[in-house]
Amino acid sequence: MAVPANVETTFLLGRLTWDAIPKEPIVFATFIVVAIGGAAVLALLTKYRLWGYLWHEWFTSVDHKKIGIMYMILGLIMLVRGFADAVMMRIQQVWAFGGSEGYLNAHHYDQIFTAHGVIMIFFVAMPFVTGIMNYLVPLQIGARDVSFPFLNNFSFWMTTGGAIIIMASLFVGEFAQTGWLAFPPLSGLSYSPYVGVDYYIWGLQVAGVGTTLSGINLLVTILKMRAPGMTMMRMPIFTWTSFCTNILIVASFPVLTATLVLLTLDRYVGTNFFTNDLGGNPMMYINLIWIWGHPEVYILILPLFGVFSEVTSTFSGKRLFGYTSMVYATVCITVLSYLVWLHHFFTMGSGASVNSFFGITTMIISIPTGAKIFNWLFTMYQGRVRFELPMMWTIAFMLTFTIGGMTGVLLAVPPADFVLHNSLFLIAHFHNVIIGGVLFGSFAAINFWWPKAFGFKLNVFWGKVSFWFWVVGFWVAFAPLYVLGLMGVTRRMRVFDDPDLQIWFIIAGFGAFLIACGIAAMFIQFGVSIWKRNENRDLTGDPWNGRTLEWATSSPPAPYNFAFTPVIHGLDAYADMKAAGAARGNGNFIPIHMPRYTEAGIILAGLATVCGMALIWYIWWLAALSFVGLVGYAIHHSFNYDRDYHIPADEVRVTEDARTRLLAQEA
Amino acid sequence: MSMGTQPTTYWETEPHHHEDGASTGIGFWVYLMSDCLMFAVLFATFGVLHGSYAAGPGPKDLFDLELVAINTAMLLFSSITYGFAVLAMSQDRKAATLRWLGVTLFFGLSFLAIELYEFHHLIHLGAGPQRSAFLSAFFTLVGTHGLHVAFGCIWLVTLMVQVARYGLIAANQRRLMCLSLFWHFLDVIWIGVFTIVYLLGMI
Repeated sequence: MAVPANVETTFLLGRLTWDAIPKEPIVFATFIVVAIGGAAVLALLTKYRLWGYLWHEWFTSVDHKKIGIMYMILGLIMLVRGFADAVMMRIQQVWAFGGSEGYLNAHHYDQIFTAHGVIMIFFVAMPFVTGIMNYLVPLQIGARDVSFPFLNNFSFWMTTGGAIIIMASLFVGEFAQTGWLAFPPLSGLSYSPYVGVDYYIWGLQVAGVGTTLSGINLLVTILKMRAPGMTMMRMPIFTWTSFCTNILIVASFPVLTATLVLLTLDRYVGTNFFTNDLGGNPMMYINLIWIWGHPEVYILILPLFGVFSEVTSTFSGKRLFGYTSMVYATVCITVLSYLVWLHHFFTMGSGASVNSFFGITTMIISIPTGAKIFNWLFTMYQGRVRFELPMMWTIAFMLTFTIGGMTGVLLAVPPADFVLHNSLFLIAHFHNVIIGGVLFGSFAAINFWWPKAFGFKLNVFWGKVSFWFWVVGFWVAFAPLYVLGLMGVTRRMRVFDDPDLQIWFIIAGFGAFLIACGIAAMFIQFGVSIWKRNENRDLTGDPWNGRTLEWATSSPPAPYNFAFTPVIHGLDAYADMKAAGAARGNGNFIPIHMPRYTEAGIILAGLATVCGMALIWYIWWLAALSFVGLVGYAIHHSFNYDRDYHIPADEVRVTEDARTRLLAQEA
Repeated sequence: MSMGTQPTTYWETEPHHHEDGASTGIGFWVYLMSDCLMFAVLFATFGVLHGSYAAGPGPKDLFDLELVAINTAMLLFSSITYGFAVLAMSQDRKAATLRWLGVTLFFGLSFLAIELYEFHHLIHLGAGPQRSAFLSAFFTLVGTHGLHVAFGCIWLVTLMVQVARYGLIAANQRRLMCLSLFWHFLDVIWIGVFTIVYLLGMI
């Protein structure tokens, strides 16, 4: 399909016409499959009368645990979409040799690599990270919820709204063909006149609001909601890394928002920020977007560093080695992540001094990161290491990430970067750290905390199948890209002339197939575990002999998390409690103050999503209407002062007594 | 870490006392800082593009410092009157609070009116945001600030209705304090705009 030329705009539907529905067989077939699958899911939900349950128990929930789980589900769904894009690219690059054009035309292929990057970063990695933080931070600090529970629900639905906008581009219109950061002037109106870049802009803006608000929320939660006695230096290390991550979110996402606003103005109003004429400066966009973009990679990886720390210490049966140095290393990385953005475009030509500065700051980041690796190794040293699934993912991470880190240091050398810039070497490097760090970490976290969230452990056999396919598949898929990058192959190529290169793409394609098996095994693992959940029940709430407060509650935790308030006397609070024989509190139950569920979040985010779609398609009346509705509904919601309730003491007693019986049964 | 004789308590019956809405103050501060970063980007953009006239008009051809001075006065006065509203609020004088909020709204709207007049005038002269990168950056920076003031005004009206209807209850006091932070924050941003865009531009 090509872009419809000279699209007429009508008042009612803007530039939305029948031509906007892609006629290309691949897209059309996907559309049919998704439509049938979607209809089947909707029919099943209706048949089993689950709509009311979903709405009342999940969609309108302000419980941080449920919101955390919904983020993880969003991330898993989008992982499948993003991975489908990856497989399509791999197949194209295996195919398009010896004069063959492959099976994807340029317009389609360019959308796929853009969508792959956007989806994997914003709608897979971010929901995973936000979901894990949402679920765990309040539990780890002994709180009953986040500081602003309603805002939390709203943030989740804004992220989902952004994902819906991006997904809609598959079936209505087109997506951007610009690469995942939409550099101008290519993303300007003259070179991308149709809806692709607008989908990109509004999808990210809607989701970005959610991310920023969620960052503020968790930051304040960590500052204000800690249990008595939990000083900053007694916080679990995962909470520390979350704290730094949320600082980075609050201090970098506004930059993304502002930068995209400027691009929007260029496209909608005709301003000249990033145009080639009338004084515009496209390189300013590249600077601005990477001022957000580099902190973003640390937003993704820091919480997983926290996960690996918790996992290593738990499964080595030891206190984390060098807690204080770990905290300082995290803080150092937080600060340094703002001082390196220019290494993404050494080739801009800002001169030897500037490039040297950013090359050196980049290399300095490897020092605190290396300190972390050593801390994990020393935690394992002389520990009784249990090779459960979370620990396996952690060790795979340490090996994989270290190599990815070293290729990163290579790229930090400006003269080397001039050779490797935008080559497949770079692609191999960042997949090496993002898959090896963020994804392996998310999988470690899922395997580690699943029993906490659902009350049963995940199946080990399928977990191991998934693990080996993923780890081996990763290396088979990406090691060839290092080789190709060194041979000078640039990224985002659709067809190739040199037949010598083909074998490497075939190997990489085979690696993608192995990863596909890993993903499939993971979904089988979830399915089998749920199916046979009675075989893997955890009644104790503490299946791994955990060290931090989340293991002090039942699995899954009661809505109020803790019936009594934990008092903290040192690091590893729950390990202390168990040592002192005080794993559970006792005394009189009192009513517990809780936030009330509300539908306001999903309604507001829904209006924002409609507004975004209307702006993409130039349906101005709908954009205005939904925007007024958004503001009006927000004002309406502010008139509701009755936002909380108390769980009666009797109900708490019943819940806690049931748990006491279960624990006695277990013992 | 249990020390000596005193038995260590690990669980308390009473919830950890979080003052109602204690998080709101710091939460709003953090939000303002994120907003501040958005303005930082716009200021930086203006800094990069302030000389890119593209053979079009520059500050000296366009700006009327007297008008901007009057506008600045409007916004500064509105900050003072908001301060009076907060004072009245802390003395639990509902009518006086509403009166001062009304005066604040008047100044806020006057500021917006003058700004709109200025924009209209510039566009009429052919110096709209499309004319050059300098003007793009100018309109965006000043306009974003104006948009914030406009939202502040909507919020102010909402709060006036809520105070009138429900009185100076704790929730409303908290909201008034948040809007107060927002309003003064916009004042601070405007000082930056006035200095960097207008005064430096006229040198």
